[in-house]
Amino acid sequence: MAESAKDEILARIRAALATAPDVAPAPRAYLRRDGRDRAAIIAELIDRLRDYKATVERVESAALPSAIADACMRHGIHRLTVPADVLGEWIPAGIEALRDTSSLTNEALDGSDGVLTGCAYAVAQTGTIALDGGAYQGRRALSLVPDRHLCVVREEQVVGIVPEIIERLMSQPAHPITFISGPSATSDIELSRVEGVHGPRTLHVILVGVED
Amino acid sequence: MTSETSRPARTLPGFPAAAKAALADTQLRRNLGKATTTIRDKRARVVGEMSDWEALRTAGSAIKADVMRHLDRYLLQLEESVTRAGGVVHWARDAAEANALITRLVKEASAERVVKVKSLTTDEIGLNAALRRAGITAIETDLAELIIQLAGETSSHILVPAIHKNRSEIRDLFRRTIAQGQELTDEPRELAAAARRYLREQFLSAQVAISGANFAVAETGTVAVVESEGNGRMCLTLPRTLITVMGIEKLIPTFQDFEVFLQLLPRSSTGERMNPYTSLWTGVTPGDGPQTFHLVLLDNGRTRVLASEVGRQTLHCIRCSACLNICPVYARTGGHAYGSVYPGPIGAILTPQLLGLDRAKTLPYASSLCGACYEVCPVKINIPETLLHLRGEVTKHAGPLNPEAVVMRRLADVFASQRRYELAQRLGRDGQRFFIHDGVIDRLPGMLAGWSRARDLQPLPQQTFRAWWRDRERQKENG
Repeated sequence: MAESAKDEILARIRAALATAPDVAPAPRAYLRRDGRDRAAIIAELIDRLRDYKATVERVESAALPSAIADACMRHGIHRLTVPADVLGEWIPAGIEALRDTSSLTNEALDGSDGVLTGCAYAVAQTGTIALDGGAYQGRRALSLVPDRHLCVVREEQVVGIVPEIIERLMSQPAHPITFISGPSATSDIELSRVEGVHGPRTLHVILVGVED
Repeated sequence: MTSETSRPARTLPGFPAAAKAALADTQLRRNLGKATTTIRDKRARVVGEMSDWEALRTAGSAIKADVMRHLDRYLLQLEESVTRAGGVVHWARDAAEANALITRLVKEASAERVVKVKSLTTDEIGLNAALRRAGITAIETDLAELIIQLAGETSSHILVPAIHKNRSEIRDLFRRTIAQGQELTDEPRELAAAARRYLREQFLSAQVAISGANFAVAETGTVAVVESEGNGRMCLTLPRTLITVMGIEKLIPTFQDFEVFLQLLPRSSTGERMNPYTSLWTGVTPGDGPQTFHLVLLDNGRTRVLASEVGRQTLHCIRCSACLNICPVYARTGGHAYGSVYPGPIGAILTPQLLGLDRAKTLPYASSLCGACYEVCPVKINIPETLLHLRGEVTKHAGPLNPEAVVMRRLADVFASQRRYELAQRLGRDGQRFFIHDGVIDRLPGMLAGWSRARDLQPLPQQTFRAWWRDRERQKENG
């Protein structure tokens, strides 16, 4: 083959655009900041999470360990997957914690009852939780394979609208990023919505209030 | 290898004939009517919530126009950033080249089985069949794609490929295939659970995954897949090797551009504020996900589309399917009538340009030109304008001696003279009685047959307006 595919495609593109007019820079007249107060933003996040049937509870920082213990009880979690850096105080007594220190196998993850993680950010307008592999989040498989996901969101991690989260994630886009906006779902059969297909079928969000 | 080899040998079946068969299927029409109405309403609701929707559309359209204008530069930038992040970039001129390349990559990973995330691009190039010929089994993991794969059918809707099948058909299919010997009702929840059980085994053991891409960022090399079911996350996370195939037009320049497209796409597509899962990854990340990442950049006719001044905007498409759901033609015929991976209004302009107009020349006519598709398009593709442009091309290629052009010239002569016009009316009135059945003209003779194939005509009235007017004037004079 005389010419590489790359060279030929680039040559085709240049030929196709030979007489193409210049284009103006994209106007960005859409909203980039959410001007509402914090209370409204937090209230919207809670509303949106509940809208797609996640369980949401709001607790003070001191009450976080007991909220996690209650959530485990409520969802029947005995074996709990946790990222390597999750704080010991988050792990309830009497729960077998599978700490992802030496890379748990997929089968081990599949055999656990649930996973406990933190998050990077959350977006109120869309009810989105973003994981970027940072603190208390671990690798992507942890929040994917187990059937129940307990997610700790601190209120200061909550932003109002999508452009605000993209701006925050721009600093380290090389990390794999996962946006979660509800439990996995399908409407493929007669458009009737079924929650819980391959990802965790239960999403339980514990929203931790800012200390006064 | 030339671009000719990428074209399928066959010409697509004509839209009118395929549409007629689809229209006769009442089950299909019921499913389609329900599905398109439901998604259309959801979309309208969540788009209505956004005060800056028009500004987002304008930005999305302008960003894509910029991508197309500088596509060569952005592709080179993408290649560099993906490579820097530990990925391997490949280029494929056409379907055959892409399929051969991907087959080789799968074999190099010593895999006989791959899991697949729903991807229109891999449907376009016929990847599954190519893999099968090489002894590799490709398992579709999107529920609807799995359903149609098990049924041995093709997709009828970009977003909900199995829209033409109802729950009891799906239950029977699962009982024959992935859920043999299992008790199964036709509850969608149970059917989804059966698919989960079957696919989980596949995910946990797969060595290679193949995906498409919704977006790829030139600046950072970040690739995005948006989805609902979690099968995408499974494929993008668990196997050791990931092969992603993307059309060269899927680029966006910067990571910041996600702030536009991750708002436009889910609301336009499923009518959700955000789809349940979005995965963004950049090359490979030690200790997290696949440790080998191949990105295949596919032309397969796209540069042909790029060369057309009017048609170029077709490449802005982000595959949301809002134009399908709003289209009065699509809502009645469904996707199969379009004879292509890309149905609906966007398919009517994309397919003829990708394949060459000579192979799909009825598609630009599969529209009433009502313009609803343009209004809902999140990146403002002017589909009616492009349809008209393509119709013009079809006519131009047909030449001055084609029957339609000849008839039109004769008609122009008739309309130019009052005498000839009234004579023609009289001839028509007298002659039409041979073609009237049950009060309508349902079958015209000879070259005119095409007109009446998809519509009934009202017979000419016994008295024309001109005759009535003359009578009226005469009566006034007499009275």
